[in-house]
Amino acid sequence: MRRVTGSLLAALVLGAVLAAAITMGSAHAGARSAKKTTLTVWVGWSARELRVFKSVVADYAKQHRDLNIKVVGSINDTKITNAIRSGNAPDVVSSFTSGMVGVFCGKGAWIDLKPFLSKDHVDLSQFPKTSLYYTQFKGKRCALPLLADSYGLYYNKTLFKKAGISRPPRTFSELTADAKKLTQRDSSGKIKVIGYDPYWGFYSGNFADMTNYAPLFGAQYYDGKGKAALASRFAWSKLLRWQKNLMDWYGYSNVVRFNAGAGDEFSASNAFEVGKVAMMMDGEWRVAFIKAEHPNLNYGTAPMPVDDAHKNLYGAGSVNGTIIGLPKGGHNVDQAWELVRWLTTNDHALAKFSNGIRNVPSTRSSGRSKELKPDPRFATFVRIFNNPHSATAPITAAGAAPGTLIGRFTVKWQAGKVKNLHKGLVTVDKQVDKVNAQAGGGVP
Amino acid sequence: MSQGAVAQAARLPATARRRARRRAAWRRRGLVLLLMSPWLAGFSIFFGYPLVMSAYLSLTHYDLLSAPQWRGFANYHYLFHDDPQFWPGVRNTLWFIGIAVPLQVAFAFGIALMLARAKRGLGFFRTVFYLPALAPPVAATLGFVYLLNPANGPVNIILGHLGIDGPLWFQSPGWAKPSLALLQIWGVGNAMVIFLAAVLDVPQHLYESAELDGAGPLRRLRWVTLPTISPVILFSIVLGVIQGLQYFTQAYVAANIAAGQASQAGDTINNLGYPQDSTLFYPVLLYQAAFVNNFMGYACALAMVLLVVAFAVTSIILWNSRRWVHYTGSAR
Repeated sequence: MRRVTGSLLAALVLGAVLAAAITMGSAHAGARSAKKTTLTVWVGWSARELRVFKSVVADYAKQHRDLNIKVVGSINDTKITNAIRSGNAPDVVSSFTSGMVGVFCGKGAWIDLKPFLSKDHVDLSQFPKTSLYYTQFKGKRCALPLLADSYGLYYNKTLFKKAGISRPPRTFSELTADAKKLTQRDSSGKIKVIGYDPYWGFYSGNFADMTNYAPLFGAQYYDGKGKAALASRFAWSKLLRWQKNLMDWYGYSNVVRFNAGAGDEFSASNAFEVGKVAMMMDGEWRVAFIKAEHPNLNYGTAPMPVDDAHKNLYGAGSVNGTIIGLPKGGHNVDQAWELVRWLTTNDHALAKFSNGIRNVPSTRSSGRSKELKPDPRFATFVRIFNNPHSATAPITAAGAAPGTLIGRFTVKWQAGKVKNLHKGLVTVDKQVDKVNAQAGGGVP
Repeated sequence: MSQGAVAQAARLPATARRRARRRAAWRRRGLVLLLMSPWLAGFSIFFGYPLVMSAYLSLTHYDLLSAPQWRGFANYHYLFHDDPQFWPGVRNTLWFIGIAVPLQVAFAFGIALMLARAKRGLGFFRTVFYLPALAPPVAATLGFVYLLNPANGPVNIILGHLGIDGPLWFQSPGWAKPSLALLQIWGVGNAMVIFLAAVLDVPQHLYESAELDGAGPLRRLRWVTLPTISPVILFSIVLGVIQGLQYFTQAYVAANIAAGQASQAGDTINNLGYPQDSTLFYPVLLYQAAFVNNFMGYACALAMVLLVVAFAVTSIILWNSRRWVHYTGSAR
């Protein structure tokens, strides 16, 4: 009887221990899975570029097993604004439109990063000055740069050789002469190959607000008091007259017809990639697009030509970049900040991402990283990015509105519908000042 | 009310009777309110509240992201005096209402007349002319921008073979609106079906009487068909004008596709109104103010003006219609 009781007791104890072990084990596992936090990251990239970004994020996720990171691509500013308004914001947001930082920071839609930067002693001097400018508004930093873009000249070496041109142009008068030599027309005068397409609105190089040409002419949009200065800065009328002269040489209708037949910019039928455009201003990302879509294209890159009267500007270009931050209403702010910090300051992350989508690394140290794959055609853009004369578009509280008004004028100018350029620019200045006032912010 | 209740009521003093009648009236009103409550709730939530809020926000600076700030009539002042795109937007919309809408009504009526006279294949032709109305506006617009591409679109290629240098269509400020009007006319299927039903419904004896009086086809059309179907014409015009005031999707898509400039994410560039504001219709301007520039307060001011204009235009058409719309029977 005693033996039976002993065996029973032993079995009970063993059972209890086993049950406890199982319970503890499952409880531990449960606690582990319950702790796993989901971070949602919204980005504008799509297709190939989105895959690269996801692989960079996967590197971070490997080091943070407690995180489940969900990356959503093809996001635009309207979606971001709507999500923040509705209280369904993701944890991390990014935008291609650095010009929108005045809206995001100024209105508190993206939260102030100052406390996070101070807490983690993030050294802001690791970012170039231009990038620091387009990630804040009136001193309020709500974003950090995540790779950068700079604009330079792409030229088709085969067409250059045929036309007997030995090097890319360095001034706008050289560009005009080369463009005329490179242009090919059919018997009816229609353009088959365009030397350089000056049309405001043609692809990303020619934004109608002239942003990408401003550093090449040393042109400023605003005066010291924050008032629009397109009429009072001679550089703008010089730029517009150069552009109109070249347009008139082609014939406005001819250029419009040519552009209508040019392939979609972000597709394999891009007119430069298929040899229908001999020279084109574009961002550094085109290097990766050409590699993926037309690896045999014989092309080179160089800084854009500059105004003949400002040859010292040669090497500069327009600069902007992707901005990333934490939206108001995001749930896992601390984990989200850690991810943003890693993405924007980690040399490995920036170098890997830069190699994948061929955007310019946005910190000084990542620009020197040994992980960066050398490519002379891409290196041109890194040099443009670091040029002291390179500049970005001014940030205003009105976001895209001033650019829309300027673009509205330039497209009418190129169509020959503006009789008096100076008067027209005076009117645009007034319109820009009024829309900035309407936005309630003005220019810092 | 049963006879017993009537007798009982008759026995009650006058004040009690009045009270009972009042109670019954309130019960009736309550029942009416109860039966109307789903509609009332829907109207209040989805129309009344947004209308009141829009009116309030039109007097503020509101950017969607921070609280509205009171501005009084500043938005209205900017709208009428300072916004360089306001009047082009108004002009484009008026052009559309003045030209595209009458053309749309005329085409729908013309096709209906032809189909009403068809001896054979009525079902086939009816389907053919109705089919475009089934195409989603975005897809139809994409198709038209492709067909009318001045460089490699089939229309200009055919014109080229005929020795005609085709226009720039959606790429030209002079041709962009006519191109959109063409798209609008192509999709008149709905109006055509309504006109066809109305034309087929004209009493045959009226035509016979007119014919006996010596009226030819044109006179029969003028004095028999048109007066008889005038309520349908009025309906089509009112609907067309309201659609014209709200014309957005086709203009938005055509401008963005024809401009041929897009960022990877799709929103860094503002192509609305391309080319040269020629497709900047009033609702497109309103969209730009609200969702491109984040000027929601200003967009509300634009919306309030649109509401007033839509109400005024519709009222004028309805008032004017008394002179030319004939209703059969006594109902007006």
